[in-house]
Amino acid sequence: MHNELNDLYQELILDHKRHPRNFRDMPDATRAVDGHNPLCGDQLRIYVRLHEGLIEDVSFLGAGCAISIASASMLTEALKGQSIETAQALFGQMHDMLTNDQSTVDPGSLGKLGVLSGVRDYPSRVKCASLCWHTLKAALDGDKDTISTE
Amino acid sequence: MSTSSAAPTLHASTWDVECIRADFPTLNQQVHGHPLAYLDNGATTQKPQVVIDTLTRYYQNDNANVHRGVHLLAERATRDYEAAREQVRRFINAASTREIIFVRGTTEAINLVASSFGQRLQAGDEIILTAMEHHANIVPWQLLRERTGVVLRFIPITPQGELELERLPELFNARTRLLACTHVSNALGTINPVEAIIAQAKAYNVPVLLDGAQATPHLRVDVQALDCDFYCFSGHKVFGPTGIGVLYGRETLLESMPPYQGGGDMIRTVSLEKSTFAGLPYKFEAGTPNIGGVIGLGAALAYVMALDGEAVERYEQQLLAYATARLQEVPGLSIIGQAANKVSLVAFVMEDVHPHDLGTILDHEGLAVRGGHHCAMPIMSYYGVPATTRASMAFYNRPDEIDRLFEGLLKARKLLS
Ligand SMILES: Cc1ncc(COP(=O)(O)O)c(C=O)c1O
Repeated sequence: MHNELNDLYQELILDHKRHPRNFRDMPDATRAVDGHNPLCGDQLRIYVRLHEGLIEDVSFLGAGCAISIASASMLTEALKGQSIETAQALFGQMHDMLTNDQSTVDPGSLGKLGVLSGVRDYPSRVKCASLCWHTLKAALDGDKDTISTE
Repeated sequence: MSTSSAAPTLHASTWDVECIRADFPTLNQQVHGHPLAYLDNGATTQKPQVVIDTLTRYYQNDNANVHRGVHLLAERATRDYEAAREQVRRFINAASTREIIFVRGTTEAINLVASSFGQRLQAGDEIILTAMEHHANIVPWQLLRERTGVVLRFIPITPQGELELERLPELFNARTRLLACTHVSNALGTINPVEAIIAQAKAYNVPVLLDGAQATPHLRVDVQALDCDFYCFSGHKVFGPTGIGVLYGRETLLESMPPYQGGGDMIRTVSLEKSTFAGLPYKFEAGTPNIGGVIGLGAALAYVMALDGEAVERYEQQLLAYATARLQEVPGLSIIGQAANKVSLVAFVMEDVHPHDLGTILDHEGLAVRGGHHCAMPIMSYYGVPATTRASMAFYNRPDEIDRLFEGLLKARKLLS
């Protein structure tokens, strides 16, 4: 296998794909938003429970490729207990890291989420990694119930 | 005509795949350090050198508009353009070149029929489709339904991926105006028993449109023997250029249909009050056509017709049998579409391995396959899968490419599960 492929499918990503964290329904969610990538059929639902500017709980359900599941799983791990403000800032950084060739975001500063930086070299896969982030943003903004990448 | 030199390098009755491959320059390249194995022919096929040369020659030597100038270049372009129409006529054995209309592709051919033939339809009139259509043979009819209130009915499919023909008789009634059906399914590979379907439709006096996008690359088509009323296909899927396709229509039907688009070339006379329209096929070819594409398509069809059709079919069926057997050895793999009669295409899903990941991993092995819903979302929902992976083979593919696919699948499984 080529090393570049290993950059995409790093052990950490594969671990989250095999054992997604916070992969559950949330009956008392403040908001639930569906994200859909019609191109490859990825389908996620992100749940958040918000209280006084904090993300008390965040979880997801869905089906998709390894990148989309791992990205959503890592998102929930990173954001649980964080402020909405922090989450919004992280959205901006993730979006920049995934889509901007000249990104100045240091993947090292994003903790585990930094392993997703390899996705940028696979233009057809960027949406897989960013779907959950767009879905989360809609949940935080409260302006939409569904998100589509197309 | 410039397509006369389109003979492939091989005419032997046994299949010399290396000889054929030498005609296709794109096949000869490395992808991520491996020789390219192009298994995405259902999406588009590679082009033989003769098609590339024909396009170059047209743009280098003959470029002119057709049916307009009296100068030499215009005459050459017009001659080659019309020679290509004759090549298409022979390719599907139409009765007349008046029945051959050049369009952008299968999609536009179906939209032309939906728009023009559809203009006569009224609320409550019915159209029969099937549950295995490409979006190109669903959406134009849904748009027509929105405009006119026609009713769409669907022939269901079996888990095997075959049409449930026993259910067809109950779908016909006095309001049925058209049956539109794919000849070969792009998502399953199924070759539909179109002869039987057409026979039933004839009994109810219902015209039949066949979507031949996936049939023409694999099967010899004879629209007179089939006795179909419309036949649609795309140049790029039969080794020709993109942006060019064909609508065949029975002459009497085409005569009775209103024009599709208005403009130059499709008129006889125009005054500020009223226009009269050109005869067939020009009535349906408004504006400057894709001249290079048409001439390139002529070259592609000449190439295909010079091959031994029976040898092609035999070879492709061997590839299909081999691919089916090999893929069934992969643990956790299920083939989607197991019809008795298939073209050389295998779609499948794999436990724990999403088609999108698989596409990326196989690409790194030099293998080009397609993952996704294949513009056939109703089929995906029928099988309860979000997407499949499809390996679609042409007569230039080799068994060792299938071996590499097999190895790639094992690798992906090891990596991801
Ligand atoms: C069965 C079938 N019908 C229609 C089409 C549409 O063809 P085009 O995109 O060339 O118009 C395709 C192409 O994917 C197809 O496979």
